[in-house]
Amino acid sequence: MAQAHAAGGHLETSTGLDNRKLLMWLFLGSECLFFGSFISAYLLYRDRNLTGPYAADLYDIPFTSVSSFVLLMSSLSMVLALAAIQRGDMRGLRIWLICTALLGITFLAGQAFEFTEFNREGLSLSTNLFGTTFFVLTGFHGAHVTVGVLILLSMVAMEARGQLTPEHSLQVELAGLYWHFVDIVWIVIFTLVYLIQPQ
Amino acid sequence: MAMTATGGPLTMADAIKQIRADAATYRGIWSWIATVDHKRIGVMYGVTAFIFFLFGGVEALLIRTQLAAADQTLLDADQYNRIFTMHGTTMVFLVIMPLSSAFFNLMVPLMIGARDVAFPRLNAFSYWLFLAGGLLLNASFFASKGILDGELGAPGAGWFGYAPLTLNTYSPGHGVDYWMLSLQILGIASLAGGFNFIVTILNMRAPGMTLFRMPLFVWMTLVTSFLIIFAMPVIAVALFELTFDRLFGANYFNASAGGTPLLWQHMFWLFGHPEVYILILPAMGIVSEVLPTFSRKPLFGYPFVVFSGVAIGFMSWGVWAHHMYTTGLGSVANAAFGVSTIMIGVPTGVKIFNWMGTLWGGSLRLTTAMLFSIGFIAMFTIGGLTGITHSIVPSDYQQQDTYYIVAHFHQVLFGGALFGLFSGAYYWFPKFSGRLLNEGLGKLHFWLMFIGFNLTFQPMMVLGLLGMPRRIDTYGSGPGFEGWEIWNMMATTGAFIIALSIAVFMVNFVRSLRGGEEAGADPWDGRTLEWAIPSPPPAYNFAEIPQVRALDDFWHKKYVEDATGRPVPVPAGASNGHEEDESGGGHGIHLPSPSYFPLIAAIGFPLIALGLMYDHALVAVGAAVVLVGLYGWVLEPATEE
Repeated sequence: MAQAHAAGGHLETSTGLDNRKLLMWLFLGSECLFFGSFISAYLLYRDRNLTGPYAADLYDIPFTSVSSFVLLMSSLSMVLALAAIQRGDMRGLRIWLICTALLGITFLAGQAFEFTEFNREGLSLSTNLFGTTFFVLTGFHGAHVTVGVLILLSMVAMEARGQLTPEHSLQVELAGLYWHFVDIVWIVIFTLVYLIQPQ
Repeated sequence: MAMTATGGPLTMADAIKQIRADAATYRGIWSWIATVDHKRIGVMYGVTAFIFFLFGGVEALLIRTQLAAADQTLLDADQYNRIFTMHGTTMVFLVIMPLSSAFFNLMVPLMIGARDVAFPRLNAFSYWLFLAGGLLLNASFFASKGILDGELGAPGAGWFGYAPLTLNTYSPGHGVDYWMLSLQILGIASLAGGFNFIVTILNMRAPGMTLFRMPLFVWMTLVTSFLIIFAMPVIAVALFELTFDRLFGANYFNASAGGTPLLWQHMFWLFGHPEVYILILPAMGIVSEVLPTFSRKPLFGYPFVVFSGVAIGFMSWGVWAHHMYTTGLGSVANAAFGVSTIMIGVPTGVKIFNWMGTLWGGSLRLTTAMLFSIGFIAMFTIGGLTGITHSIVPSDYQQQDTYYIVAHFHQVLFGGALFGLFSGAYYWFPKFSGRLLNEGLGKLHFWLMFIGFNLTFQPMMVLGLLGMPRRIDTYGSGPGFEGWEIWNMMATTGAFIIALSIAVFMVNFVRSLRGGEEAGADPWDGRTLEWAIPSPPPAYNFAEIPQVRALDDFWHKKYVEDATGRPVPVPAGASNGHEEDESGGGHGIHLPSPSYFPLIAAIGFPLIALGLMYDHALVAVGAAVVLVGLYGWVLEPATEE
């Protein structure tokens, strides 16, 4: 029925896919090129540093592994949030949205700690190519996580004011798509930037 | 079903009354500022881009006046650099791309039988960001050490801004800052438009409008939009890297820290080559609409033209290093990109033959729109052939950075894209104004522009082969410069003839808008859906969403073929199997409400850009404005229910 959809002002579509969902997939496709370009620049410059400190001097792999694990777990809680709203469980939605946001904030705190720690050991944006490419790449990822946290918290607020009801499960699904994408990007960054290090 | 206040189902008459009442909420200028109507946004894109076209044109005339004869002193070397940089950047990002966007906005919903685009407010946001980016770029003239201090503040590192020339060391002042930040904003505007049109085309088609019943222009919009959403993030990253280098001391392009200029070149051209197809494919789409209409024949080999356009879209990602033959990538890379560049000529050539096949045996009507389309084929073919000459590596070594290159890309972007866009302007002007552009003035415009164009750019081919370097601000007259002056003077004369032709167009436009001949719904005996509705179209486009049964559906509603295959009009009262059914009706009409929030969100971006250059506190203000705009946007209802 057309009108069931019209909460967002949309009628049936030619493909059957909701306009907003298609938009989100296209946006994420575009984002692949965005992060791909930054990661390429990092890899191109990985072995071209003229001065230290180098990646191997600074990385604390166990620490970053823990914060990566935290971010991955936030994807699980995001799935649970979507499952909650799809079965109309608004309390569950609230809990899991807040949980996802807190895990995201924990990851960001870990990143802030890592940045200050690296900085204390003498690495800044302008020290060498590693500083430039590392801070900009992971910084843009962190900015994406920050936007995700803002979206999640906004949804919590909207739910509390009654603006997010069980018919709006698509909105939660879209936020989830974004959130999972940002997590997947982190898996790529963690593998290529942290785990595979220059000789 | 939509409900009225009394709870009954909404009738068509009620719906139309309600839309009129809504539109009356905002009057005059405010109705434009708050508009989310694709037709109004299209008009705003067109008018704004045309004004920027005049800016870019004046810059071109300055360049040509400076080069008219040897040892000219109108501009010094530094001013000359800034003027040609602004000319190139303006024409690519503020003229051809937004003029194409104007046609996407005006035509796509009408051609697919939709009432608006998928995301009307996002569409308004695209326009306002485009305007903001364009104004910010041109504000660079007044930047510190700008016109007010008796200098030009504009960027001077070329439209492709090769690093490290764009770094602070070699480009001090704020010119390049304005350039990179305004391009970033224009990129976001293009991205938003790209997403919007892909969703619109895939999701908003009228019943029966399958992908292979879509008009060619819609197909080319789809391909262009895909190129936009994948190419723009690459230039965004390159511009961010430059931004971090210039404003925050990063090392991406700092050779003393190990950085390489090739990083910029790879990223710029990985964006830049799809970009040239972003510029030309919409014009190819327009030509593919105009030629069949004025030949009274369907487009020859429609699926071939579609697949060629798609193939060009894919292949455009594999040719970027032909801009970099002389950077020392090695003979294997050069050979590979040489081959891929020659190969992309194949689908392009297929299209040219299809257009000629469309003309062949047709009953041609040489209207102004048709003349521009035929001019497009001729000029674009020359442009394509000169492109083939520098796909060949040793030949390109000779031509790199000469006027031959300048001649080539003007041949495709002016002789190609702009001729196609003017063809579209003459073809679709009556649909939106209800009046025809004057054909006499139109033909004067065409012939002046055609002659002026060839007089400007063919001599540049000769100059390039004589060895005249690109970007040279003046030249001598003695030995080594033999023949330069005469060819340069011809080019300059041609440039002023082009300027005259634009003046003719402007006179024609203004006169026809006021007192042109009434056009009626279908002045050209058109083939596609936009001609089925009144001119100018009502706010809701289609009172009943049409049911599409064929390619060129509107034509088949008007004509059947007789025994010899000639089209004969459907007799009055007969239905031709196209009786109107009610499938599209009865939904009631939902139109999006006007909104100020896209404008508010867009205003934040130039504030952030200015803040990055002058005072970081302004960044926070700009970000706050963006957030207010976005939250207001999300929380307001999209349609009045």
